[in-house]
Amino acid sequence: MINKRFTEIGEVMGDIQDGSSLLIGGQTDAGIPKKLLHYLLNMNVNNLTLITNHSGIGNDGIAQLIANKQVSKIICSFPRTNNSEIFKELYKVGKIELEVVPQGTLTERIRAGGAGIGGFYTKTGVGTLVEKGKEKKVINGEEYLLELGITADFALIKSYKADRWGNLIYRKAARNYNPTMAPAGKVTIVEVDEFIDGPLDPEHIITPGIYVDRMIHFEKGDMNNDSKEII
Amino acid sequence: MIAKKLSNEQIAMRCAKDIPDGSYVNLGIGIPTLVSNFIEGKEILFHSENGILGSGERPPEGLEDLDLVNVSAEPITLVDGGVFVNHSDSFLMVRGGHLDISVMGSFQVSEKGDLANWITDPKAIPGIGGAMDLAKGAKEVFITMKHTTKNGEPKILKECTFPLTAAGVVKRIYTDLAVIEVTEEGLELKELIPDMSIEEIQDVTEAKLIVKGEVLPLLP
Repeated sequence: MINKRFTEIGEVMGDIQDGSSLLIGGQTDAGIPKKLLHYLLNMNVNNLTLITNHSGIGNDGIAQLIANKQVSKIICSFPRTNNSEIFKELYKVGKIELEVVPQGTLTERIRAGGAGIGGFYTKTGVGTLVEKGKEKKVINGEEYLLELGITADFALIKSYKADRWGNLIYRKAARNYNPTMAPAGKVTIVEVDEFIDGPLDPEHIITPGIYVDRMIHFEKGDMNNDSKEII
Repeated sequence: MIAKKLSNEQIAMRCAKDIPDGSYVNLGIGIPTLVSNFIEGKEILFHSENGILGSGERPPEGLEDLDLVNVSAEPITLVDGGVFVNHSDSFLMVRGGHLDISVMGSFQVSEKGDLANWITDPKAIPGIGGAMDLAKGAKEVFITMKHTTKNGEPKILKECTFPLTAAGVVKRIYTDLAVIEVTEEGLELKELIPDMSIEEIQDVTEAKLIVKGEVLPLLP
């Protein structure tokens, strides 16, 4: 029987270790696996590489992981949000490595990684600082850059509803990176708002369960006893 | 006589006139965002990078939904015919050349249509977001911006001095003083605010402006 539903957070997250790379879903406040990040904050793991849209906003989970000195490298598209103060401070003193990627290239690199595609040629970034050190190719008379696929040890994502097979649907704009990242994690962990008993309507499933390894649902108030507040 | 410049709303209003009914459009932050206020009578689906095609206005107070926000995390609504997609598909629309128009702000534009709107200091923390994808991927790039910097320095240049977002992509520039089209021969002045002469607009524009046909008055 297939059942990817877990109840113990330790079993879900326990094998994340020093040096692990993590894809983290969500953009702005929508679709971020906040409880998983919260648990990660309290795990004794460091030297993490995060692949995500931004480098923390205000006091969100990503910002707190960075503040906790658990992150050594971040691959993201927009590290310059108004409230990414913690990242800014560490970056200026060379305590965190940054690879900044155009947003569409970032998502396509993750898609490619999950699809087993080693790299692809794109027009985005041609003639800019982004092309530095990259192979260029002329295709049908236009210049393209080679960009490489991204996979990670873990993908931490968030879904709205799930069935026991790991099939997922999302809610509105909280979908964003989550379905793209699901296939790109060697282990894909899902924070689920609501489990449903029967199978989800196959016509509505966005992420097929084949990409999903472990899912967990948190009751309201779970892990809120800790001093660290997750926004 | 001091010429009357357009307000940000008036720049957006002028730009909106050139967006055809039925277009798929992405609006950047700043003046471009205001364009959505001036599309009455047209059905235009606005794209938002975070996976929305058909983003609508802010909901009434009390009806905000944290899962329905734009890239600036502001609550929005979804218009009829709108759709949610994943992030890859959102950028497939952009990079695959499916969006009709990207309206963006800019620090600088060159006479060849080069665009520099993501960073001014190469030593600062770089933040690209979707700008490079939109600049390169949309069928047409419209720029809405002030004609000069706060200090009165030209922003329309022979060559951009800031790092480029994309080369040779800008189609039209809408400023508080003029409407300019990027053509193969250079920058063609199409409209100019009344009370300003061609010499005066050239004085605040580093790149050479070409006058071919009649320069129409740019009216608020």
